[in-house]
Amino acid sequence: MQFFKLIARNALRHKLRTGLTVLGLVIAVLSFGLLQTVVGAWYAGANAAAPDRLVTRNAISLVFPMPLHYREKIRAVPGVRRVGTANWFGGIYQDPKKFFPQFAVDAAQYFEMYPEYRFAEDEKRAFLRDRRGAVVGRKLAETYGFRVGDMLPLRGTIFPGDWSFTVRAIYDGAEARTDTSQMFFHWDYLNETMKRRVPRRADQVGVFVVQIAEPARAAEISQAIDAQFRNSAAETLTETEKAFQLGFVAMTEAIVVGIRVVSFVVVFIILAVMANTMAMTARERLSEYATLKALGFAPGYVAALVLGESLAIAAAGGLIGIACTFPVAAWFGTQTGTLFPVLQVSASTTAMQLGAALAVGVAAALLPGRRAARVRIVDGLRAIG
Amino acid sequence: MSRRVSPSLIEVRNVSKSYRRGGQIVPVLHDLSFDVLRGDFLGLMGPSGSGKSTLLNLLAGIDQPDAGEILVDGVDITRLPESDLADWRAAAVGFVFQFYNLMPVLTAFENVELPLTLTPLSRRERREHVAAALGLVGLTERAEHYPSELSGGQQQRVAIARALVTDPKLIVADEPTGDLDRQSAAEVLSLLGQLNDQFGKTIVMVTHDRRAAEHAHAIKYLDKGELSEGADLLERSVR
Repeated sequence: MQFFKLIARNALRHKLRTGLTVLGLVIAVLSFGLLQTVVGAWYAGANAAAPDRLVTRNAISLVFPMPLHYREKIRAVPGVRRVGTANWFGGIYQDPKKFFPQFAVDAAQYFEMYPEYRFAEDEKRAFLRDRRGAVVGRKLAETYGFRVGDMLPLRGTIFPGDWSFTVRAIYDGAEARTDTSQMFFHWDYLNETMKRRVPRRADQVGVFVVQIAEPARAAEISQAIDAQFRNSAAETLTETEKAFQLGFVAMTEAIVVGIRVVSFVVVFIILAVMANTMAMTARERLSEYATLKALGFAPGYVAALVLGESLAIAAAGGLIGIACTFPVAAWFGTQTGTLFPVLQVSASTTAMQLGAALAVGVAAALLPGRRAARVRIVDGLRAIG
Repeated sequence: MSRRVSPSLIEVRNVSKSYRRGGQIVPVLHDLSFDVLRGDFLGLMGPSGSGKSTLLNLLAGIDQPDAGEILVDGVDITRLPESDLADWRAAAVGFVFQFYNLMPVLTAFENVELPLTLTPLSRRERREHVAAALGLVGLTERAEHYPSELSGGQQQRVAIARALVTDPKLIVADEPTGDLDRQSAAEVLSLLGQLNDQFGKTIVMVTHDRRAAEHAHAIKYLDKGELSEGADLLERSVR
């Protein structure tokens, strides 16, 4: 008990110094957690990918579409259960800054493949009945205040002209990591409109989403699909949904790496601050450590006092930092709108935060603890605190 | 560990000690040999730098001589490894320092209890021992006070309670009155005398103070690392 009493009281001995050190740790742990959460958000699409979904796109680039008739050929490949079409719409809602993803999909097939999008049955039926109907995710609806029945006008960019939709359903995610910041509308509506406005761009599909019966055969089926269109005007590249999503992450990998590096730099900075604090602390208390050793306490006990104090401060800063991460991440999510569809503080991030805080506590105590343990009693007794 | 029976509590044999300063070896103690009898109250005097604190540190086992042996109650403490020496100090020596060296974050009670946490005593037994020690130094009412809330004299009395609470054979005191006013110094010296007279504690005290030295039964005078003794030395030390 005396041991823990000494640690607790020593930690609170210089309240301002300890308070500032804890504050520094809180900011560092919070920043580390937030940056890791942003990195996690980058991978949210890949993490949410289902193993039984493949994505087929134009082999040259995602920018180039594929003919609609590929759908039937893909459906005929053994092992394929369903095929859905999807086009990135890229419309502007009111202002370019109000970005959110919009996809034209063949709803009947598409939503069968995405059971993680949860609908109210009556809303889903209403959407399927309305050719100009749209579905928005819960986060998107909350961001812009969309309600069922609202008109949703978009200005086309890839597909020119003004487009008007009616919100018929709002979907929720089956899990917290499910992206609910998207809008979906009927591919047929897009296609028929394009037939009227720009006929040569009709019957063109951005990607085919393919559901397969056996995820273990993904590679084999991907090759079989691509083989169908080899040497055609629009060769295809089929990959798992996860690989497809990671392809997007790879485009911005330098940013992700940068964020990761910064998150660790923050930890190293606070380590230096904490080590300095503990070094000052140990230096000031050399005569006390020498007295303890004179009284018969072992060097290990003295080192443990330094380590315990360092760990107590680090744990306090770490736990407060972790506790702050959740509301700050939530606030950050509201400020970034739909930029990060899933901004969720994961359990692994929390574990990393705690681990980083404790590692800082241990590392900061190593040299001061060693010094305290090894101080010669006669030298320590002469030291002025 | 070698043990032998002796009427002396402390036997110092051919002890020498030197320090290294800036690449030079500075001799401090030269081939000292003397005994301290059980229950004695020895005063160590001498000018600054004469080696009296160094000698006290050697007797208390917090420093090691370059040569010679020091037997305390038959135990040659110069041959003990550091871990055994720490255990020996905890059991056999009580320390009284010039600047008290109390833990500022612990109350008087907790400071006195500190060395007892190294013993197998139960919490209740520890409390009884601490209460008795604080009662002996007249600080029962101040048990829950922190050192910063006590006067210098009171802090030194707490330190004396801490030194005696484990019932050690030997109490070493390094300038115990050096930081105290005259009245507090007198109280502290009276307490040390009481420990010696009533409880038979062997006390070795380093002091510059002639009045303090008068409480000792015997005085040894150190000068340039050499030892001499006698009543006239008291006068020399004052001069």
